[in-house]
Amino acid sequence: MILFDHVSKRYDNGTYGLKDIKLHIEKGDFAAIVGLSGAGKSTLLRSINRLHDVSSGEILIDGESITMSKGKQLRQIRRDIGMIFQQFNLVPRSTVLRNVLSGRVGYRPSWQTSLGYFPKEDHELAKQALARVNLLDKMHVRSDQLSGGQQQRVSISRALAQEPKIILADEPVASLDPLTTELVMDDLKRINEELNITIVVNLHSVELARKYATRIIGLRAGELVYDGPASKTSDADIMGIYHDSTRIPKKAAANL
Amino acid sequence: MTAASIERRVQIRQWLTILLFIMLLGGSVMATDASLVDLLQNTDQMFMFLEKFLHPDWSYAPFILKPLLETVQMAFVGTLTGAVLAFPAAFLATTFVTGSKWLTMMVRGLLNMIRTIPELLLAVLFVAIAGIGSFSGVLALTVFTFGMVSKLFYEAIETIDKGPIEAMTAAGASKIQIITFAVMPQIMSHVTSYVMYAFEINVRASAILGYIGAGGIGLFLQRALSQLRYDRVSMIIITIFAVVICMDIINEQIRKRWL
Repeated sequence: MILFDHVSKRYDNGTYGLKDIKLHIEKGDFAAIVGLSGAGKSTLLRSINRLHDVSSGEILIDGESITMSKGKQLRQIRRDIGMIFQQFNLVPRSTVLRNVLSGRVGYRPSWQTSLGYFPKEDHELAKQALARVNLLDKMHVRSDQLSGGQQQRVSISRALAQEPKIILADEPVASLDPLTTELVMDDLKRINEELNITIVVNLHSVELARKYATRIIGLRAGELVYDGPASKTSDADIMGIYHDSTRIPKKAAANL
Repeated sequence: MTAASIERRVQIRQWLTILLFIMLLGGSVMATDASLVDLLQNTDQMFMFLEKFLHPDWSYAPFILKPLLETVQMAFVGTLTGAVLAFPAAFLATTFVTGSKWLTMMVRGLLNMIRTIPELLLAVLFVAIAGIGSFSGVLALTVFTFGMVSKLFYEAIETIDKGPIEAMTAAGASKIQIITFAVMPQIMSHVTSYVMYAFEINVRASAILGYIGAGGIGLFLQRALSQLRYDRVSMIIITIFAVVICMDIINEQIRKRWL
C-alpha cells in the first residue's frame, strides 16, 4: 500500500531528517509512528503525500510513485490520501459543510468548484461523513464556533469525504484534552475497522499508540529503529526507541 | 546585567526617542517656514471665509445633484474595476502562486511605481489621452485603486493561516481550488473593507478630479471657487460629506450582516 524504498531526506545544512527508510505499510494497518520530538515523525508522514519532498529514494502508493509524479497525477494520488492535522486546519470562517465538501475538490474541475458548486452526490457524501463522527447537526454552523474536539472530527469528515484509501494523522490529539482525545481516536479506529482504510498516525503518547494501533513504528534521529505489531511491542522496545543518549539521560527514558 | 541597569537603559532610550522627535519637529517647522504669527495675523481673512461658509446656498443643491451622482458613479466604476484587476496582481505579488521570488519582487516593484503616481497626475495623463470627461476620471480612479488595494490585498494574503492551504494541498486541490477554498475565505472580510475604504477615498478624490476636466462635481467646485462663491462651495462640500456618511452607514451594515 505505502512503500518506502530507501528514502532519505537531507537538509541543506547537511543534517538528515530521514535516513535510508525502508518500510512497507499494508492495507488495513493502523500504524502509529512514535519517537522523540525531532526524530522525523512529521517528515516521514508528510513525505507520504508529498507535503514534504524527499532527497533520495522513492515512495510508492499502491504501486504508483508519488515522489516522481507531477501536476494532475500527483493531485490524483493525493486525492486518495486524507490528512488530519494537529491544528485541524479548517477554514474558520466557512461552515462545517463547506469545509467537509472541500474534501471533494480533487474529484471536480476547478471552474465548477470555484463557483461553489458541488453535485448532489458530493453533498450526500459530506453528510454521511459528518454522520460518521456524529456531527451532522452542526452542518450549517461556522467551524470556528465548534470546540477543538469537534473541529478535529470535522477534519476527519473532510478526510472521509475524499473517499480515501489512506488517512494520515499528524499528532491529531496533541492539542486536545484526554476525553476528546479518546473520542477522536475511537473515530479513527472505527474508520479503520469498518471502512478498511489504512491509517498512519504520529503520536506523542506511547500509551495511545499501544491502545489503538495494530502496528508500531519507531523513529530515532531520522532512522527507523523499530517496526512491529503493537501487541508484541515490549517496554524494552519502547525504551529502545526513546533512548537517545544525545538528547535525554537514560533515567528519564526509563520513566516513559 | 542587573534589572536596575536594564531599567535605566530603557529609560534613556525613551528620553532619546522624545528628544529626536522634538528635533525632527523643530527642523520641519523651520524647513516649511511655518509661522504661528502669520496664521494669527490673517485671522480676519479666515473669518470672512468661514462666515460665508456657514451660510451655504441651499438653493444651489438641485443643480449639483446630477454631477454629484456622476461623481459617485465614477468612483463606483473606478473602484470596482481597480479592485477586480488588483486580485490577480496581488496573487502574483506573493510567492504563493508562482513560487518565484524574482517575479514577486518585480510585480511588487511595478505596483510600488504605480502607487507613487499621484491620482491628480493620473487624471491629467488620462485627460490628455482620452479627452475631457468622466471616462478619464474613471480610468484615473481605476489605476489609483488598483495600486492602493493590490498592496492591501497581498498583505492580507501573506498574513493568512497556512494550515488550510496545507489541508487543501493534501486533498489534491489545484492552485485555483486552493485559492477559492483556503485563501479567499480568509481574506474576504479584509478585501471587502479595503474596497469600501477605497470607494470612500475615491468619492472624495473624484470631487477633485473634475477640477482638471475629468468629470464629476469637481467642475462645479472649481467654478464656485473661482467666482468666490463660498456659499456654493460650502453647499458642495456638505453634499459630498453627506455621501461619505451614507457610504459609511452602508459599509457598517454590510459588515454587520455578511462578514
